[in-house]
Amino acid sequence: MLEGLMIGLQTAINPFNLGMVVFGCIIGTFIGMLPGLGPMSIIAIMIPIAITLGDPTAALILLAGVYYGAIFGGSTSSILLNAPGVAGTVATSFDGYPMARKGQAGKALTIAAVSSFMGGTIGAVLLMVFAPMLSSVALLFHSAEYFALMVVGLSAIAAFAGTGQVGKAVMMTLLGLMMATVGEGALAAMPRFTAGILDLQSGFSFITLAMAMFALPEAMFLVMNPARSAQGGSDEDKSGTINNMRFSRAEGRAIAPVIGRQSVQGFFIGVLPGAGATIASFLGYAVERNLATKEEQAEFGKGSIKGLAAPETANNAACTGSFVPLLTLGIPGSGTTAILLGALLALNVTPGPRLMVDEPQVFWAVIISMYIGNLVLLVLNLPLIPYIAKVLSIPRNYLIPFILFFTLMGAYIGQNNSTELLILVGFGVIATILRFADYPLAPLLIGFILGTMLEDNFSRSMQLYQGLGFILERPMTLGLLVLAAFLVVLPTYRAARARNRAKGVADGD
Amino acid sequence: MALDRWIALIFVAMCCVYGYAAFFTMDQLLPPFMQRNPVWPSTFPKILAVAGVICGMVVLLGLEKQGDDKEPSATDINYRRLQDYNTEQAIGLLILMVAYALALRPLGFVGSTILFLSAGGFILGERKFHIMIPVAALATFIIWYLVQEVLGIFLRPWPFFLA
Repeated sequence: MLEGLMIGLQTAINPFNLGMVVFGCIIGTFIGMLPGLGPMSIIAIMIPIAITLGDPTAALILLAGVYYGAIFGGSTSSILLNAPGVAGTVATSFDGYPMARKGQAGKALTIAAVSSFMGGTIGAVLLMVFAPMLSSVALLFHSAEYFALMVVGLSAIAAFAGTGQVGKAVMMTLLGLMMATVGEGALAAMPRFTAGILDLQSGFSFITLAMAMFALPEAMFLVMNPARSAQGGSDEDKSGTINNMRFSRAEGRAIAPVIGRQSVQGFFIGVLPGAGATIASFLGYAVERNLATKEEQAEFGKGSIKGLAAPETANNAACTGSFVPLLTLGIPGSGTTAILLGALLALNVTPGPRLMVDEPQVFWAVIISMYIGNLVLLVLNLPLIPYIAKVLSIPRNYLIPFILFFTLMGAYIGQNNSTELLILVGFGVIATILRFADYPLAPLLIGFILGTMLEDNFSRSMQLYQGLGFILERPMTLGLLVLAAFLVVLPTYRAARARNRAKGVADGD
Repeated sequence: MALDRWIALIFVAMCCVYGYAAFFTMDQLLPPFMQRNPVWPSTFPKILAVAGVICGMVVLLGLEKQGDDKEPSATDINYRRLQDYNTEQAIGLLILMVAYALALRPLGFVGSTILFLSAGGFILGERKFHIMIPVAALATFIIWYLVQEVLGIFLRPWPFFLA
């Protein structure tokens, strides 16, 4: 391993390859900020450039830099505009945006940058140590376990269910799951619930729904209630704190264990093909909320630093983890790694068990460039944060039309179809009404994102086991389902117990 | 009846329509070779429809114990204070977004985006046209250049008669 590391280090610190990491991170960060262009599209756009480089190592280093940059760029629009452009950064907006609204945009971006850095770096160490071993473990996961894992991912909704809100949160999740069934189904290429409309044949697009559920209602609320954008004190106070990117030592101490736990958890979830950054981030959020103290739990969803650090760490660690099956088995675990696999094949490199033996310089150089990429991202982004955060001090009359424009562009770029924009406005209005009625919208999006994968794996397990027998026959599936139930019930139970105790005190018991 | 319960009622009605489609219409289209499978394309929707009706009824009938009502803060959104909000501006912007979606093809990206950004500012009360229009035009051209020329995603920049 040491010899491999040295080869990798030698290759990665070659000035040209170093330049590629920096270039990739910059491009990824800036394009990733545009909602609608996620890592997958950016990598696809960069492939022709990477292939013309001719050197597979430099190409892979460039693409890995773009990947990390895009994930970080995506968090920026989630935090500042509540417009998550990628499914993996949806959980970042849960606490990142409330922090920005409190006038702590600079701090939120710093925490995101530091958490991403730590998640990516610890993930790279784990990749180096565990890659060969993990690839065989990942293959033990069958559709039944994946189904159970998706259910565990869904349990993140419990985090949004305040007192008396569990029914509403579950209702929104079911609505999201139902929306995921629109279009061609999992089992047969049979259109379902399309009402004969051709545009619905391929289902609703994630980006349209994410913009409609998060960005559009928020922009509407900013228009309707100007007091909302002025939160966090007077304008003068705000401009003082908005750029302030420091977090205190106590805050650092609070997020350190979160980062540690989520780096490991996120990495291992990322290793599983198909699970990826999205589930890792939702699960990271749910787990950290359950582990937090009662006072901290009340802060989740309102601008908790732990709630921001958890998904940010987990999604970056999971991105690193997703390289394990790609590099060691040649199995792409996500859409993004599938595109990377295509690029590698075009460059005459076949990832798989032989890669480490046949082309050690490619394997190790990618791992080393992950460290360098993470470091470059941190060095590049920290000085830029005050400028990025300044976006929020643009006068409202200019800022809001631009937020709306980027929201619309996000849905338009990917599809080049203006019907998508009408769907977005329609769902945006529905989402605004739902927000008025105090329905949490995050569960809807979580349900929608996980819906297709959940149904695919459920159907496959049902077919393999000729019924629901897989739940009892596979201990890991049963274990994961019990964990999911535990994650949903525990917060409700704790809240009920606390309420009863408070009542007892009030009654003089 | 409170707004959240009205929504629950609509949700239950929607689940009934969804469930009707899943239980009574989808299976007729199923090819015979798939009918022996333990799971059909309608299986998951059927489960969802039943769960949706049950869950919608729980919210509709208020079976869940409600939390303590807190006094909403000035920045919270509350539909009971709708008359205090700038609802006209919000509706104006929604109409503008629909108009933008419809104008994108005939007017082209550049023209419709400049109009959208300027009109958006106007609806929000901006009257400094000498700043607003150049800002909108500059931003539009930068974005068009980045997306189409640098990233290679075609945006149809000009109106239909120039294309």
